[in-house]
Amino acid sequence: MTPLDKIRNFSIIAHIDHGKSTLADRLIQRTGGLSEREMSAQVLDNMDIEKERGITIKAQTVRLDWKGHVLNLMDTPGHVDFAYEVSRSLAACEGALLVVDAAQGVEAQTLANVYQSIEHDHEIVPVINKIDLPAAEPEKVRAEIEEVIGLDASEAVLASAKTGIGIDEILDAVVAKIPPPKGDATAPLKAMLVDSWYDPYLGVVILVRVVDGVLKKGQQIKFMNAGTTHLVDRVGCFRPKIEQLTELSPGEIGFITAQIKEVAQTMVGDTITDARKPAAEALPGFKEVQSVVFCGLFPVDANDFEKLRESISKLRLNDASFTFEMETSAALGFGFRCGFLGLLHLEIIQERLTREYDLDLITTAPSVVYRIVLTHGAGELELHNPADMPDPSRIESIYEPWIEATIYVPDEYLGSILKLCQDRRGIQKNLTYVGGRAQVTYELPLNEVVFDFYDRLKSITRGYASFDYHQTGYREGDLVKMSILVNNEPVDALSMIVHRSAAEARGRHMCERLKDLIPRHLFKIPIQAAIGGKVIARETIAALRKDVTAKCYGGDITRKRKLLEKQKEGKKRMREYGSVQIPQEAFIAALRMGDEG
Amino acid sequence: MDAIITEPLALYIHWPFCVSKCPYCDFNSHVREGVDQAAWRAALLADLAHEAALLPGRTLGSIFFGGGTPSLMPPATVAALIEAAGRHWRFAGDIEITLEANPSSVEAARFADLAAAGVNRVSLGLQSLNDEALHFLGRAHGVEEGLAALATAQRHFGRVSFDLIYALPGQSGEAWEAELERAIGFGTGHLSLYQLTIEPGTRFATLAREGKLTPADPDFAADLFELTRERAAAAGLPAYEISNHARPGEESRHNLTYWRYGDYAGIGPGAHGRRGSRATLRHRKPENWLGAVQGSGHGIAGEDPLDAVTQAREAILMGLRLNEGLDLARVRAAGAGEAIDADAAARLERLGLIRREPARIVVREAGMLLLDRIAAELVGV
Ligand SMILES: Nc1nc2c(ncn2[C@@H]2O[C@H](COP(=O)(O)OP(=O)(O)OP(=O)(O)O)[C@@H](O)[C@H]2O)c(=O)[nH]1
Ligand SMILES: [Mg+2]
Repeated sequence: MTPLDKIRNFSIIAHIDHGKSTLADRLIQRTGGLSEREMSAQVLDNMDIEKERGITIKAQTVRLDWKGHVLNLMDTPGHVDFAYEVSRSLAACEGALLVVDAAQGVEAQTLANVYQSIEHDHEIVPVINKIDLPAAEPEKVRAEIEEVIGLDASEAVLASAKTGIGIDEILDAVVAKIPPPKGDATAPLKAMLVDSWYDPYLGVVILVRVVDGVLKKGQQIKFMNAGTTHLVDRVGCFRPKIEQLTELSPGEIGFITAQIKEVAQTMVGDTITDARKPAAEALPGFKEVQSVVFCGLFPVDANDFEKLRESISKLRLNDASFTFEMETSAALGFGFRCGFLGLLHLEIIQERLTREYDLDLITTAPSVVYRIVLTHGAGELELHNPADMPDPSRIESIYEPWIEATIYVPDEYLGSILKLCQDRRGIQKNLTYVGGRAQVTYELPLNEVVFDFYDRLKSITRGYASFDYHQTGYREGDLVKMSILVNNEPVDALSMIVHRSAAEARGRHMCERLKDLIPRHLFKIPIQAAIGGKVIARETIAALRKDVTAKCYGGDITRKRKLLEKQKEGKKRMREYGSVQIPQEAFIAALRMGDEG
Repeated sequence: MDAIITEPLALYIHWPFCVSKCPYCDFNSHVREGVDQAAWRAALLADLAHEAALLPGRTLGSIFFGGGTPSLMPPATVAALIEAAGRHWRFAGDIEITLEANPSSVEAARFADLAAAGVNRVSLGLQSLNDEALHFLGRAHGVEEGLAALATAQRHFGRVSFDLIYALPGQSGEAWEAELERAIGFGTGHLSLYQLTIEPGTRFATLAREGKLTPADPDFAADLFELTRERAAAAGLPAYEISNHARPGEESRHNLTYWRYGDYAGIGPGAHGRRGSRATLRHRKPENWLGAVQGSGHGIAGEDPLDAVTQAREAILMGLRLNEGLDLARVRAAGAGEAIDADAAARLERLGLIRREPARIVVREAGMLLLDRIAAELVGV
């Protein structure tokens, strides 16, 4: 049993890319967790997609030994979509290493994450990283941390996770500053279910933080909220290689397996107790994560629907962060309506399905969850899919989710940021200047943000803006369903809910895009955007005039026939709608509106 | 099937050599320093004999010497091949023997000998009546030389046709109209009028990819096509196929065999053939073909049995090109009447692009330019 005063539990938190995972690498290496040969860059980012994109998606925990102490390190993601991963990790710790890039300074997620950490009463150890960079300004950043966050940064460690400067100081600071956990080994078992995932060899692996009591191999445990009991068959920790232990004592972080087959059986935030000697009260648990962005996923080749179903189910087995239910679309056939934590999350799940499961997918426009109050007291409904919007005559009012967004941006781009937020129906709450940068807070409707806001933000500030948001609640809005008609038939997968004031511009843009994307046919094709029966924008694709092989003699017959047969293959990638063939690219590209202002 | 067997057979003979390669050409043509004429003659005769043995008892309706540049063949070789064909098969009384010729003075000098060898129709690769355009097309001859060759050809052969390429980059409607009127004025009974197409693998394709060549706008090209058909028809040379115009009775019988999906024997490098329900293909590279014939007595690289649906598709693809339309008996003969998508046919008819007759499907004037699309829809892809 590790004595409490020899344990330190801490998370590494920071804005995206400020070097959390790289710092974790150095800490692991310095404490001997992995040899030089076993090391790779961002070793904890073990998913392919994490490696490729250079970002952390899932938090990871590692146990380190340092000068007679046991340190449990939790590396967290920086991106706002995965904020829930940060919050769970924070709940399992007593402190945090706040990493700030010496060249970039404090950014939106620096603030968001540090505030969360403060809410947990954490001891925060600031680390100014990347001091090896020529553009590093550690003293300026030190002042920024004090001024913007209000933390004492006089003892902030100056470090380079790249070159290894400051690593020992960081480890020493963790031991000296972060308080040891509290707990009672003799009390009934109480452990927090921090996370769970599926491992092909071990089955479901559960990450736990023991609060009271001792968690042992062979113990009969009970999940207090789920009410189920299980037999613990493995106890251990990650170094980051798996090390099997016989028990986990109070204050310790580690993993267990208990012959559980599906992640769905384990509720993150649940309390684990001894089935024979249960604790009286459960731990407070976590706020439930909710999907904020929804979209439809359809196989390009309708024959792949079963494959898609299997793949989504499998992916969901080890990633409970997204939701799915079956959806049928007149345009796209059978598919799934899926819920995500944000746009990056959506993109990542879609990409994993495409690559790990070899599927070609059509993704419909991302949409938020609307609340619709029906007339005649017929109640309320939640709308995840614009296609399901009731007839306007049945709608009393529509409510949409709003967020509070914090944007950090160099002064020179402030004007364009304000314009962008204003165009997106934003309400300015706050504007402050720190150094050469502005911090601006806006209230914005979420549906304006899922509609390419982030891309626009990046492009107008050349990547110099950082952005964080949280939902603040629902507000009534003058929202309408805009349908897109191709050859006079509504294409359900292209319909969207928009604010009345933006409908016309968006409708026009959509029609223009589709005009470019749908190939000419043997007849002319009208494309219209409409609200109810009223057409608000239109374009026409002229009939094709020429598609003919000028020369064709004896030698060309075979070639021509093969070409025709190849064309047949290509047609699988098209959806026929109102006798119009719509290439799947049109669905994808029409929804990426690009540089529309 | 029987009806088709009693139809005259067509014979295609490929001569793969050219003096230089044209930038728009994707045919099986090659530039070689010296050609062993005796060896080539012997090999062509052997390849012919081999094919003839597999197609016994047929009447030969046409012979076509294509290339490459068959006007570079020694006339004696041409004579020997015609003579041999006459021994293998029975010639139809009105047999058409065509040779593709370059309109150069060197080649024009051989026209008399070629006519004496039995060639009764030439197809001249004039390509343009504009020196600049000829240069752009990489042709070695000039307009004057070409027209002299045309005059010589008209003196020696009963039937003469020539090719023109139009819808060139930058070509105006007026310029083409004038060129076409002039072409018609030479009084040949047949004209092949092709729009320039950029074929994959040609030098033009590379230039187009690099942005150094901008093909004509397809809608403008469509206007030119309509104008061409109108003018030629008014002058008594209506189109009988997408790009081919003739005075009635002057159509290329040989090419009609392809479009009507009759049997044709193909010999020489890269030549294709249809022998009953089999597709035949000769070795493409001249040296490989020659080696194959010398080694095994024939140049066949492969034979592909075509199933009913495939044959029907081929018949459709070819037949629709003709003004007379697709003979549905051809499709039925293949044993795959269902190869035509009836719904698509009805839809295309409603759009005014085709006409359905009891025995034929005819692409209407409005549909001719959309033929590839129409064919694709009709075969249900
Ligand atoms: N020059 C320099 N580069 C660093 C240093 N630390 C990290 N980097 C680089 O910064 C980039 C981001 O590093 P990561 O460790 O993946 O950042 P992260 O904070 O884990 O990122 P997320 O998990 O996506 O939030 C990588 O290219 C690192 O190589 C440093 O001390 N100096
Ligand atoms: Mg990371």
